[in-house]
Amino acid sequence: MLGGRAVLVSSASTVLFFTVIVVIVALAPGSGLVAERFFSPFHLWRSLVGSESEPSVLSAFLLNVYIFAISEVLILILALVIAVVRQIPGPVFFPFRMVAVAYTDLFRGVPLILILYIIGFGVPGLGLAFFSYLSDITYGIIALVLVYSAYVAEVYRAGIESVHESQNAAARSLGLSRWQSLRFVILPQAVRRVIPPLLNDFIGLQKDTALVSVLGSIEAARAAQIYGASQFNYASYVVAAALFILITIPLARFTDRLIARDKRRREAGALA
Amino acid sequence: MNAAETPALALEGVRKSFGETEVLKGIDLTVAPHEVVCLIGASGSGKSTLLRCVNLIEPLDAGRVVVEGEEITAQGVDENRIRRRIGIVYQAFNLFPHMTVLRNITLAPREVLGMDRAESEERALSLLERFGLSDRRGEYPDRLSGGQQQRVAIVRALAMRPHLMLLDEVTSALDPELVAEVLNVIRELADEGMTMLIATHEMGFARDIADRVCFLEEGRILEEGPPERIFTSPENPRTRRFLSRIIAAGRL
Repeated sequence: MLGGRAVLVSSASTVLFFTVIVVIVALAPGSGLVAERFFSPFHLWRSLVGSESEPSVLSAFLLNVYIFAISEVLILILALVIAVVRQIPGPVFFPFRMVAVAYTDLFRGVPLILILYIIGFGVPGLGLAFFSYLSDITYGIIALVLVYSAYVAEVYRAGIESVHESQNAAARSLGLSRWQSLRFVILPQAVRRVIPPLLNDFIGLQKDTALVSVLGSIEAARAAQIYGASQFNYASYVVAAALFILITIPLARFTDRLIARDKRRREAGALA
Repeated sequence: MNAAETPALALEGVRKSFGETEVLKGIDLTVAPHEVVCLIGASGSGKSTLLRCVNLIEPLDAGRVVVEGEEITAQGVDENRIRRRIGIVYQAFNLFPHMTVLRNITLAPREVLGMDRAESEERALSLLERFGLSDRRGEYPDRLSGGQQQRVAIVRALAMRPHLMLLDEVTSALDPELVAEVLNVIRELADEGMTMLIATHEMGFARDIADRVCFLEEGRILEEGPPERIFTSPENPRTRRFLSRIIAAGRL
């Protein structure tokens, strides 16, 4: 509990901390230039809505949201399949388990930007029917799904392993098959437990949609860059950053709430 | 062969090891229909493992398990099908925490037996009613007392209409004042003629309810017989030593 003295100390400390920062920034030799180059109201607004010569950062950001929304759904499905395959017991399924392990090792180990280049420039070069003639955005989504599914599969796996074996024993004892036990008993509990880390990965995904621009799509970060290059002003980067924050902060707070709720529930369970 | 001659359960030479430790060293045991058999013995004597081997939740290393004349350990037998006939209740209840009481009970009848929702709920509600739990149908397991959770677990097993019930120290995790409500349920099942194999530390209960008592030590059945004889004049010196410790602890 915060006593009177503690409140006083924390207030004083907060005021001092921010005063020091403001003073340092204001005294910096380039502070006037920074204000003009990064925070000019004119350029903030112009880059947000766009003009005849530069794309609007806001409408470009809708592409980030689009990529994020489609990738997220596909990742949730593909990652679950990988996690489930990885824990199927029995010698018959050894090659499937091996593929699942190799998949996670590969796509967690290679930087996303390299996967983007390999998919986005490599697959079109193969000259395959259909697969080599997709849009840049589609290749971007494929690369994001491949990489993030490897991470999310591990999150799912942690969740599956956290459900006590006795739950499976109880389900199997009732005559449920292995698959039914997984579907009705194990996975619902596992997924509930990993919602906070899942959301954490999705915050990362939301930011990484900016990397799709390396394939040529004009999303928010790229639009900001175009604006900066043509106007010699970086307010567009601040605008793009603000848009990303506007999306990720609610996601982050939502995650915090879920963690807090989960904690309360477990504590209530321990009392019973 | 008529039903009275076919044992509800027959174990032949059942062996089970965990790593280096051999927990069951050749168990032979037959349970007749409507018989109640209690397994007694110190912790670690193999009682729980034996029960878990009966429905193959633990795979055997050697031996056979025959349920109503059908060998469950044979190659190619669908173990899920035979498990339906065997109800098992665990020490730690093992209810599904993400489901209401009613859903815990109706899950297997619906998914395994293919019952429709109305029929499975009707069956569940009549069982809950019988065991005084019908007002708990919508609760989640965490909100129930240990005794209530264990009764729900028993109801969940009964909803599959098992021919044989295996009870694994079902009162060991309960506060003393909650033990009676669970034992009364089991007593009721015994009175109705349910075939049961019960691992228990409740010696007074075993004496009351069992048709036969088996004393396990170090993975072997050392002595078996009617409770009157086992509890009053055990023949094996190790049974005597075990029971005298129990009496000294005031638990008989």
